[in-house]
Amino acid sequence: MDVQVLKAEDFKSDQMVRWCAGCGDHAILSSVLKALPQLGYKHEDIVFVSGIGCSSRFPYYVNTYGFHGIHGRAMAVASGVKTSNPNLCVFVITGDGDGLAIGGNHFIHLVRRDIDVNLILFNNRIYGLTKGQYSPTSNQGSVTKTSPFGTIEQPFKPGGITIGANGTFFARTIDSMPKVSTEILLEAAKHKGTSITEVLQNCVIYNDMTFGDITDRDNRDDRIIMLKHGEPMIYGKNQEKGLMMKDNQLHVVQLGENGISEKDLLVHDAKTEFAGIHLLLANMDYPNYPVALGVIRACESPKSYDVKMDDQIEAICGKSKIHNMHDLLHSGSTWEVK
Amino acid sequence: MSKQAKVIEIEEVAIRFSGDSGDGMQLTGTLFSDTSALYGNDVSTFPDYPAEIRAPQGTVGGVSGFQVHFGHTQINTPGDYCDVLVAMNPAALKANFRWVKPDGIIIYDVDQFDAKNIEKAGYKNDPFEEEDVTGIQLISAPISNLTRESLKDIGLDQKSILRCKNMFALGIVSWLYDRPLDHSISFFNKKFAQKPLLVEANTKVLYDGYYYAETIEAFTSNFKVKPADIEKGTYRSINGNQAVAWGMMAAAEKADLQLYCGSYPITPATGILEELAARKDLRVKTFQAEDEIAGICTAIGASFAGSLAVTTTSGPGLALKGEAIGLAVMTELPLVIVDVQRGGPSTGLPTKTEQSDLMQALFGRNGESPVVVIASSTPSNCFDYAYMACKIAVEHMTPVILLTDGFLANGTEPWRIPDMNDFPDIKVPRVAPDTKNWQPYARDPETLTRTWAVPGTAGMEHRLGSLEKMNITGTVSYVPENHELMSHIRDQKIQKVAKDIPPLEIIGDEDADLLIIGWGGTYGHLVTALIEVRREGHKVALAQFNYIFPLPTNTGEILGRFKKLLVCEINLGQFANYLRMQHPEYPYRKFNKIMGLPFTVKDLKEAILKNLED
Repeated sequence: MDVQVLKAEDFKSDQMVRWCAGCGDHAILSSVLKALPQLGYKHEDIVFVSGIGCSSRFPYYVNTYGFHGIHGRAMAVASGVKTSNPNLCVFVITGDGDGLAIGGNHFIHLVRRDIDVNLILFNNRIYGLTKGQYSPTSNQGSVTKTSPFGTIEQPFKPGGITIGANGTFFARTIDSMPKVSTEILLEAAKHKGTSITEVLQNCVIYNDMTFGDITDRDNRDDRIIMLKHGEPMIYGKNQEKGLMMKDNQLHVVQLGENGISEKDLLVHDAKTEFAGIHLLLANMDYPNYPVALGVIRACESPKSYDVKMDDQIEAICGKSKIHNMHDLLHSGSTWEVK
Repeated sequence: MSKQAKVIEIEEVAIRFSGDSGDGMQLTGTLFSDTSALYGNDVSTFPDYPAEIRAPQGTVGGVSGFQVHFGHTQINTPGDYCDVLVAMNPAALKANFRWVKPDGIIIYDVDQFDAKNIEKAGYKNDPFEEEDVTGIQLISAPISNLTRESLKDIGLDQKSILRCKNMFALGIVSWLYDRPLDHSISFFNKKFAQKPLLVEANTKVLYDGYYYAETIEAFTSNFKVKPADIEKGTYRSINGNQAVAWGMMAAAEKADLQLYCGSYPITPATGILEELAARKDLRVKTFQAEDEIAGICTAIGASFAGSLAVTTTSGPGLALKGEAIGLAVMTELPLVIVDVQRGGPSTGLPTKTEQSDLMQALFGRNGESPVVVIASSTPSNCFDYAYMACKIAVEHMTPVILLTDGFLANGTEPWRIPDMNDFPDIKVPRVAPDTKNWQPYARDPETLTRTWAVPGTAGMEHRLGSLEKMNITGTVSYVPENHELMSHIRDQKIQKVAKDIPPLEIIGDEDADLLIIGWGGTYGHLVTALIEVRREGHKVALAQFNYIFPLPTNTGEILGRFKKLLVCEINLGQFANYLRMQHPEYPYRKFNKIMGLPFTVKDLKEAILKNLED
């Protein structure tokens, strides 16, 4: 089959999709299915790896190779798949519990190594499959089945963790903006190195409207900012707001007030290695700031881990006198017994 | 060679080098054992070192030892007791005096036996009064001062000079046992290629130690141990960890698969990962993961992607890998898990040996989760069993746990280099390329093995996972009858591996009343005890198990031939309990030690003689 003529339909598996009606996962699946034909990979060269949780059922619904692992370990399994065969295009599907609680250690180390896999983090700020316990991204004070009086712990911010682990790519989208999601996923897949895409995802059963403030259609445009590399940071219903840098802080400003014009605004540079502004942007929260969507950081390193691993092997194979087991067995100190 | 001293020929000798963990005793012992192996002796070694890299100097906790046993006859153990103890300080004497034979020799660095060090070692008076040294020949050698004197003009600082004193000791022992020095010198030349001053210093001190021993009249004789009468061929020295690594590489070459090791450093297994990491020239991929779980999970990912995947660990790591081993059971992917056993529970005794992970290997997982369990029994046959572990894992599409232990891992012996053509083929159960309507969980009716389709293969796209699988299709299934069927299939699949393993053999007297039963790393001590007891006129037999699950098919028949069964193991009786499960029709006697040390032949002989009578 020719790669170019594939359509989203061609990547659907024959399995019935079992997520709840109204779950944000349906929209994410649809965005991914639309992105897949545009990647330039054949079916057989794509692998979806997941852990455990609602989102981790994902591989069953895509007719590429897939591996549904154990809780928290998708990042490790995917690291093995990609480093074993760097020609594969590897996606990791994980959630806020799977990827940041039980799998938090693997998450940071995947990012640190910069293995060329595309991780999609379904963040719904709740444990869905176990029926409604707080997660590492639940807002402080969240009332859940295991926090009947509200949580007393600080949530993780996935962008902060990614950047803290020297990540080279971080993007954010919302399940309810499927077109944007597809575009961002294509950017993520193009990135050579680990790409982290956080999808703010609604759990209709256990945490409905957790992102309601920023997904509500009437106010959405005033509460999110779509970042694009090389463009000034403007947002708002009427494109009347912007972000400026002052006193080492981001500031929300109104265009036209106090003599502020477009040229005073920050221009988004996703490609800079300097992570300071990326961190500030990734951590912006409503109501103090708009929530940043789009590719926040995409600073490509010259080579990803999996490529370096193969390069090292090639270099050493070229130099070594040992080419097979026979050579090895007879190398170094040996002696004859006659 | 000295003209005054007479030369006495002896059959075998055990020498224990001991000192502070910074004194270089492991290197000294290794150079001596390699020299002896090159000379043609049969050799077995045993390092005994603390977990602390540098425990407080001069204390018993910081003593590092290395025992070399070499001989004109076959050598199966590093020797219970030593003929010569080299003690570089009082703590080394304190820690090792119990291992010196009643007519042995103690060579000690008298310069280190000052009041301070004597007190640090925990002696209240003169150590040679506190210990009962009757019958032991004491050689008081000013090793530190003579090393200083030897190197005073060489242009090294004091610290570097004193670091050479282990070579003075090696020189003394080399003279005493008529060992050539050339191997050690060529080692210095390689090791210090960039630092010619260190080559010169170590060489000079080694010679000075040798001539010192020749000159002083303390030794009335020196000894000759003639080369052993061993099979012809090309030999090399190998330890268990290196043999495991090489065996796996050999299997990968035979199967034409990429070897992939996902692992995490843990004593005493780390040597395997290190050995594999060095072999990029054989295209081995090693991934040092962030933890034990990631180690095995990267290996599982690599196995899914088509590599021959392995992970290496010790007991605590095996505990952490349990859930992921179940994942490999469920997804029916080939995977080798090497467990180099050490003393437990918990962190236990990291540098000491034990056989107490058997039950964990067999049953330490959630659900009905059968895996093949095999155990190697000598440092060099770690190569063969690692090879077989890979062969079984690939051909039967299953995880295999290979058990070795700290004793095998660090012990070295001469090894006749095998010919790769002598190893059996490994048939990879790949899906035939023209297969239509391939089903991931369709099976070979004989072996119940499924076939392996790897990403990159068009038309075979499929999803595997940790949820229960529908028979044949491999889709997720909650059907009650299917779960029962699959549980039986997974069990039967492992049972059927028995067809591919060799029958159990017995060593010794077929018509004996008593069968000694061992498994894994105790072979050398058990066979030595067997030989000695038989030499004394008793009838006795030994069965050493390498295949634990499944057991060889003739196990029941062999056990039934003997009146008494004595299961010897370094734990509280795990294999005996397992045999009770598998063959409840026989009564089992037990002999167990659990001191973090190998058996001693002496203890084993006592146990065997007692059980012959009872």
